[in-house]
Amino acid sequence: MIKLVKKINWMTLLVPVISVILGLLCGAVIMLVIGYNPILAYQSIVESIFLQPYYTGETIRAMIPLVLAGLAVAFAFRTGLFNIGVEGQLMAGWLASVACAIVFGHLPRVILLPLSVLAGGAAGALWGYIPGLLKAKFKVHEVISTIMMNYIALYTTAYIIKNFLYTEGERTPTIPAAASLASPFLANLTQGSRLHWGFIVAIIAVVAMWFILWKTTKGYELRAVGFSPDASQYAGMNVSRNIILSLTISGIFAGLGGAMEGLGTYQYMTINSTFTGIGFNGIAVALLGLNTPIGVVLSGALFAGLQTGGLTMQSNAGVPVELIQIIIALIIFFVGSGYVIKWAMGRLTRKGHK
Amino acid sequence: MSYAIEMRHIRKEFPGIVANDDITLQVEEGEIHALFGENGAGKSTLMNVLFGLYQPDKGEIYVHGEKAVINDPNDATRLGIGMVHQHFMLIDKFTVAENIILGREPKKHGMLDMAKAVKIVKELSEKYGLDVDPNQKIEDITVGMQQRVEILKTLYRGSDILIFDEPTAVLTPIEIQELIAIMKRLVKEGKSIILITHKLKEIFECCDRCTVIRRGKNIDSMAISETNPTDLASMMVGRKVHVQINDAPYEPKEKVLEVSHLSVLDQRKVSVVNDLNLTVHGGEILGIAGVDGNGQTELIEAIAGLRKVKDGSIKVDGQDLTNQRTRKIIEAGLGYIPEDRQKHGLVLDFSVGENMVLQTYYKKPYAQSGFLKNKVITKKAKQLIQEFDVRTPSEKTLARSLSGGNQQKVIVAREVDRSPKLLIAAQPTRGLDIGAIEFIHGKLIEEKKKGKAVLLISFELDEILHLSDRIAVIYEGRIIDIVNPKETNENELGLLMAGRRKGGAEA
Repeated sequence: MIKLVKKINWMTLLVPVISVILGLLCGAVIMLVIGYNPILAYQSIVESIFLQPYYTGETIRAMIPLVLAGLAVAFAFRTGLFNIGVEGQLMAGWLASVACAIVFGHLPRVILLPLSVLAGGAAGALWGYIPGLLKAKFKVHEVISTIMMNYIALYTTAYIIKNFLYTEGERTPTIPAAASLASPFLANLTQGSRLHWGFIVAIIAVVAMWFILWKTTKGYELRAVGFSPDASQYAGMNVSRNIILSLTISGIFAGLGGAMEGLGTYQYMTINSTFTGIGFNGIAVALLGLNTPIGVVLSGALFAGLQTGGLTMQSNAGVPVELIQIIIALIIFFVGSGYVIKWAMGRLTRKGHK
Repeated sequence: MSYAIEMRHIRKEFPGIVANDDITLQVEEGEIHALFGENGAGKSTLMNVLFGLYQPDKGEIYVHGEKAVINDPNDATRLGIGMVHQHFMLIDKFTVAENIILGREPKKHGMLDMAKAVKIVKELSEKYGLDVDPNQKIEDITVGMQQRVEILKTLYRGSDILIFDEPTAVLTPIEIQELIAIMKRLVKEGKSIILITHKLKEIFECCDRCTVIRRGKNIDSMAISETNPTDLASMMVGRKVHVQINDAPYEPKEKVLEVSHLSVLDQRKVSVVNDLNLTVHGGEILGIAGVDGNGQTELIEAIAGLRKVKDGSIKVDGQDLTNQRTRKIIEAGLGYIPEDRQKHGLVLDFSVGENMVLQTYYKKPYAQSGFLKNKVITKKAKQLIQEFDVRTPSEKTLARSLSGGNQQKVIVAREVDRSPKLLIAAQPTRGLDIGAIEFIHGKLIEEKKKGKAVLLISFELDEILHLSDRIAVIYEGRIIDIVNPKETNENELGLLMAGRRKGGAEA
């Protein structure tokens, strides 16, 4: 872990930090213009997250799928692939875990729970494997195919729920308690939040990504192919196979994220008419987190905190919760303009020397 | 007497290094002045200062005797300074004329006057003997022609001082001769030229005077007629230079590489290697001489399993490896120093250490049951860095931040250390300075002495003549002759490379 911290280049760390600050500042300006008090707004966010156990618990709860989605995007990115299909992989994983829990509801907890979690991961893997295969064999660009896979997931899950797992309220039945990640203990600890054991899965996933990429020969290969497919090929690596593997592993992370929602937060899956948005936020989380495991945790915490704290911002400062989405968008915008920030910092420091 | 360009006491500092330290450069009117130094000596920085891309921290610039402040390339253009960049800045889909007038188009009634543009380009081209067709598209003309378009661009903008930034790096031997003729013609027509180079041969062929810089410092300026290659080389490197000559006795052993009746297609499905036969023995360096684009690249890519073989067979050490996977061929004993070291030879965003095990990372002792043994890798990297004198702060440094010469040393270290039976070296010293060339040539000869088979591909005839035990001349995808380097010369090779077969020269 110490080594992990050392790897970070302080200059590159500057971009996300400054982006966050600029995003929050711009958000404040917008609030001022509309006539709200930004200090009160931000104060209520910070106070709720850190002082009210319920919101602390909800923040961590919201982090779980965000971090897993972020890891999925970051992992593919390390191999030079842009996985926009995290959303679809997540939905596939969500349904698979819920379906598994319901269908095999008679099994004991020690088998059913891990089986349902794995089912989620496997469905995500399949949803990542297909675009990987298409890219490796037919050179179909993964951005196109993963977007399409998102729609297939959206409507296929709706179809399956409606025809095979339907219950009142446009959703699946609730999963049996034996497959549930929910915990009365954690709920009590956080004054009734929906915090569940899934955070352990997320932590394992964070460590797993770091371990796979930097400690295994496969990870070495994946990173090499990501940086330079040409040099990797010259060195005798199988570039196609690595593309498939990368998207599959990425899909596992995303599928697990869905399983956490299905087995933990909600205990069922509704018929979605639109995307959950978690997968797309995962892109932002990965981007802000510089595609590193630790960075994904930090940026996941930030986004989860903003989303959860945004609710209290509305009740305490009267600021509409939609403003949080604007702030998140602004942060992403500034991260995207990272080059400009680096350039500006370069200018400033050079001026400072003179 | 006033100079065309006089740069006095230029100092330019970057965070951590002084790129130019009190450099003075005086270029007389109507001369070809060589700016000579190793890679990273500060040549490009100095020229970027002159061209307005950098501002000097100290020092003054005089153009035709008058003090000049050059804030950006537009100022430089206005003062008549033009730069022919090493990497061309041309638009492929545009014609020659369109590229030349871009940014300063002749107009008639506010509309683009293409006829006039073509006429101007034609006139300029004829005046300086450039022989360029204004109506051809850039993508359809050779690299040599593209360079002439770059020259025309500066002439069109009225430059009378031309900076050539390592212009011969991308050219074939014949194109180099033509370029030298063009430069002489330009000078005759009253232009002054600064030639940035680290190649001795060019300096003695066309320059009048020379300024040597080393590690950002001015070493000396002199007339070419008053110096000789050995002195100049020592001056550049800062020590005595030993030219590596393949003096080990030629004792060919068993056949290591056997290529028979090989045919290979390129991307456009055109056959570029045609029924080619070639054998390389252990204990010899076989040089392949030929003009770029005669199938060299496709031949070695086919040997390395990177390109499909259409017909024929490739055997290494008796083992048939035709159309096998690259990894299998590497494991069978292939070492490969690729032509494009940054694109194919290294993962630039990997550390030096990680690059050292690019083919062996999955094998013992670097890995065990799928897990990397980073400590072993680091230890190996440190050992190779020391053994091959790679100048890098540490094995953790990214390959990207190394100089070209040191990047190449990383590749050579990695390939030689694996002790391959067959070592392919494609353009192994392209763009490197004398020190690095000397080192890499030494390593190739060492491999030969160890009884390995070395296949050398180079467009530098000197390199081929110095190192090879046998020279195979490739032309239009065929080996048209194999000659003994001791019984041939550049002229004969040049003729063969142009496809003119000579009787009785077969060895």
